[in-house]
Amino acid sequence: MTDHSLVATELSAGYDGKAILEGLNLAIPSGRITAIVGANACGKSTFLRTLSRLLTPTKGHVLLDGTSIHRMPARQLARTLGLLPQAPIAPEGITVADLVSRGRHPHKSLFSRWTRTDDEAVDGALAATKTFELAERPVDELSGGQRQRVWIAMALAQETDILLLDEPTTFLDIHHQIEVLDLLTDLNRARGTTVVMVLHDLNLAARYADDLVAMAGGTIHAFGAPEVVLTDQMVREVFGLESRIIEDPVSGRPMMLPIGRHGSAGAGANRR
Amino acid sequence: MPSPTIDRLAVNRRRRARRHSIAFGLLLALVVLLFGFTLSVGQSIVAPMDVLRVLSGEPIPGTSFTVGQLRLPRAVLSVLAGVCFGLGGVAFQIMLRNPLASPDIIGITSGAGAAAVFAIVVLQMSGPAVSLLAVGAGLGVALLVYGLSFRNGVGGTRLILVGIGVSAMLQSVIAYILSAAPSWSLQEAMRWLTGSVNGAQLQQALPLLLALAVFGSVLLSRTRDLEALRLGDDMASALGVRVAQTRMLVIASAVGMIAAATAVTGPIAFVAFLAGPIAARITRSNGSLLLPAALVGGLLVLVGDYVGQVVLPSRYPVGVITGALGAPYLIFLIVRVNRTGGAL
Repeated sequence: MTDHSLVATELSAGYDGKAILEGLNLAIPSGRITAIVGANACGKSTFLRTLSRLLTPTKGHVLLDGTSIHRMPARQLARTLGLLPQAPIAPEGITVADLVSRGRHPHKSLFSRWTRTDDEAVDGALAATKTFELAERPVDELSGGQRQRVWIAMALAQETDILLLDEPTTFLDIHHQIEVLDLLTDLNRARGTTVVMVLHDLNLAARYADDLVAMAGGTIHAFGAPEVVLTDQMVREVFGLESRIIEDPVSGRPMMLPIGRHGSAGAGANRR
Repeated sequence: MPSPTIDRLAVNRRRRARRHSIAFGLLLALVVLLFGFTLSVGQSIVAPMDVLRVLSGEPIPGTSFTVGQLRLPRAVLSVLAGVCFGLGGVAFQIMLRNPLASPDIIGITSGAGAAAVFAIVVLQMSGPAVSLLAVGAGLGVALLVYGLSFRNGVGGTRLILVGIGVSAMLQSVIAYILSAAPSWSLQEAMRWLTGSVNGAQLQQALPLLLALAVFGSVLLSRTRDLEALRLGDDMASALGVRVAQTRMLVIASAVGMIAAATAVTGPIAFVAFLAGPIAARITRSNGSLLLPAALVGGLLVLVGDYVGQVVLPSRYPVGVITGALGAPYLIFLIVRVNRTGGAL
């Protein structure tokens, strides 16, 4: 796996002329897992969309190895940088193998034929996501967890060194959330893929990411190792929530316990 | 490195490709077969050998006229127009991931029709000028619908709703003009309400062939990108498709084809709308729908016209037959889409 630099400089972007990102600077660490966290509407999805060229910045650049991704040929970019959007659509009746094969799109041109290399990439992707047994099943018959693994398999078949994921664990139960995050960690360890994902769950982010990006108000609030970023002060400033940070007894990483008006020992005045 | 799992994948992939080829081959054979059948069997029956002799240019008294002058232009025009409708329609449906997104639902066909009726009745034009105007109006309506539904990019559902509205407006324009039309232009103008291949002449095939050669090849060169678009705009973009550029190209070529066909035969109801879903049933989503849908379109018009001319007790233009076929399906689809939010 080759190292890549993915850098956002003075990045501003938004919708309908309304700015959401404002002058954001960040260098994505290569070969590591980075999780972007933040409150609703803080711009984390917008940031991911701009990083992956779904959205054109109003100011600033996203530089991949020094070149602005908005000036790069689309297919060339798609061979280095992959994205799993929040709501991809599986065509009716399509089989898993067929869907995963479509990850090869940026490697094919109009007249190029399907090669052994393509089969190998698809096979590797199915094996890595443990979806080979599902290969001939229609995607619409799968469970939510299986389906998400299939989409990740498709992104793997694309064989990009960088993979961006927009909330890959949403709509999954906790078992399948862990399964997906384990899978992404395997991928990072085995292939050296740079993983950047937007995650809702702070504690899962702290447990699985090498680096956390906490966003607030369309810019980076804090960036670094989970131990540095996940503090009660950050949670207060970014989420407007009181909390206590303890050491996760399972992973040794920091873990956030929210403090609400109810449900805390001592604070439960009206508990019978 | 030999690996049993890769081989299994390859075997299954080849099987999918083979199924697609078989479905395509069967459709093609059906088109050829029925094409020959309509040449040979009509109000009178001409022996297949005689049909072939007429086609090869040998004069046979009587038969040469029936087959060469009456049936052949009709069949050729039916297949070509149907192919144009089918290909243009399915390209829209795939691109917007909605079977309702067909050009005859979202106003492009009625735009071409309204312009043609206006040209015939009010401007008293005729011939190729009417056709050109119809093509231009079809493109104009496509741009209008696209522009009206533009907000942070074009949402499929919004475009369809805007299109249905625009289509209804244009239909009332057509109805108004026809109600005020003098009787001598009514006959010519009526063709723009229900498409037909009545009075077909072989030289009318030329603009259709041209449209197919130019726009058809643009569409087919985008087959892969269209397939990627079925996964959603974001996913397609992540796979290296230039979504906006592809959209513009596909819209321009699909509208060009639909408008060219509409200019020659009038808006043959629901062919663009039906061809894609029928092709999807036949190929079971193995591979691209473009070519199968084109053939299904050709079949629909060919068979529809034959049924309207020969099978039924009195004669109907082909648009009436395809309309009777398409309307129930439209209702079924709206009911189903309402329930599932479904995609093609």
